[in-house]
Amino acid sequence: MSGDDAKTPTEPLRHTPLHSLHVELGARMVPFAGYNMPVQFAAGVLKEHLHTRAAAGLFDVSHMGQIVLRPKSGSVADAARALERLVPVDILGLAPGRQRYAVFTNEAGCLLDDLMVSNRGDHLLLVVNAACKAADAARLAEQLAGDCEIEVLDRALIALQGPNAQSALAELAPGSAAMRFMDVQEMSIMGAACVVARSGYTGEDGFEISTPADMAREIAEGLLENSDVQPIGLGARDSLRLEAGLPLYGADIDTATTPIEAGLAWAIQKARRHGGERAGGFPGAAVILDQLDKGASRRRVGLRPEGCAPVRGGALLFSDLEAPDPVGAVTSGGFGPSIEAPIAMGYLPSSLSAPGTRLFAEVRGKRLAVDVATLPFVTHRYHRG
Amino acid sequence: MPKFTEDHEWLELDGDVVTVGITEHATVQLGDLVFVQLPDIGAKLAKGDGAAVVESVKAASDVFAPLTGEVVAVNEAIVADPAIVNTDPLKAGWFFKLKLADVGAFRDLMDEAAYKTFIGA
Repeated sequence: MSGDDAKTPTEPLRHTPLHSLHVELGARMVPFAGYNMPVQFAAGVLKEHLHTRAAAGLFDVSHMGQIVLRPKSGSVADAARALERLVPVDILGLAPGRQRYAVFTNEAGCLLDDLMVSNRGDHLLLVVNAACKAADAARLAEQLAGDCEIEVLDRALIALQGPNAQSALAELAPGSAAMRFMDVQEMSIMGAACVVARSGYTGEDGFEISTPADMAREIAEGLLENSDVQPIGLGARDSLRLEAGLPLYGADIDTATTPIEAGLAWAIQKARRHGGERAGGFPGAAVILDQLDKGASRRRVGLRPEGCAPVRGGALLFSDLEAPDPVGAVTSGGFGPSIEAPIAMGYLPSSLSAPGTRLFAEVRGKRLAVDVATLPFVTHRYHRG
Repeated sequence: MPKFTEDHEWLELDGDVVTVGITEHATVQLGDLVFVQLPDIGAKLAKGDGAAVVESVKAASDVFAPLTGEVVAVNEAIVADPAIVNTDPLKAGWFFKLKLADVGAFRDLMDEAAYKTFIGA
């Protein structure tokens, strides 16, 4: 057998505060973004995925970066205005106790990272990708230091996802049940000051819970005492987000894709578009706003292979069986356990991006039929209240 | 008596034909299989050639030809239901049968005790 080999790390891998718990629970640990992380537990990726959609899954996402922007003026609006210089998102319009998806763009209008931004009343809390957090923090310090104190928090982050996430968390934090999708609230869990957001990366209802590092294990174990809650590794996290049609930074979006190409125009609110109160004013605004008005030449799409063979990231897409040149490529793909079929995402010229368009993906030298499909593959079940 | 390879395949010899499958250790490492691709009947494989492909939710892996020979049978049941490989890897989950070019090469493979030592069991 071959494949799926972990790369040899060049630096010692970092551990999250839940590392010892993962090992005791029988996780298979792999290097990921500089951390030693659980790719799966004893149940395996397939069953972990299905359990999350049926009950509740607990994920360690402590490798992600939690960054506080504290306004020097004391007014969170000043931090919001400052952050708006780096994201094409309406941060000033984000109410206290609410969270919003955002992207960092570069001068070419491409994506440096995607993130969640919370208005915590007197400061902003950012959650950024693990692989990007050092660069993000450095850039924030360089660009926003005049307006904000920037602090990278040394806290854990636990995601609890699935239809039974609410009932499981309510046992430890009764106030969480009243939260709606994208609400953010500080609450005490087992005596620890936590920040709970009703959001996630699976398409299910659920929460992301920022905990003090030294209380993470106790809280995770408290949640796992509920028989509905099982530990879930990064393998199922990836298949869950793929079914939910959510892009993965570094695979589906990167410094070669714009938010419009990536299908993230919804994340750019009216205030930042042409004619808006604070139109532009972020890196790459000319490119991005022009694509918003005129459309991008290529688009991120969902793909459904016709057969049983998974079509994975890197596979080239062709318009027919004979065409010599590819028209696009798959950026992530695999098997969707909940829909019991292979699924993928990739980029295609806008002229070939309509759902139902037939293309061919090259897998091990053969061209396999795939059809453009509407995203998400599995309906989101967010708790919008 | 079955023989084993360092690529975690088992082989059972009958005359000059070996039946090839993957070991329980391999299925645990791979996780639940969702796709299996088998070689064509009549394919002539050299030892070490890619013979089959198995895919889990997460990744694709190759199954290599453990010895040189010609494919004379394949197990279509595991193509229809890859989970058979996970539930019964040593019997119902067999992959393909190979008519060996050199039956003597079979004897040089690991026996069960040697394989168990190899995987640290």
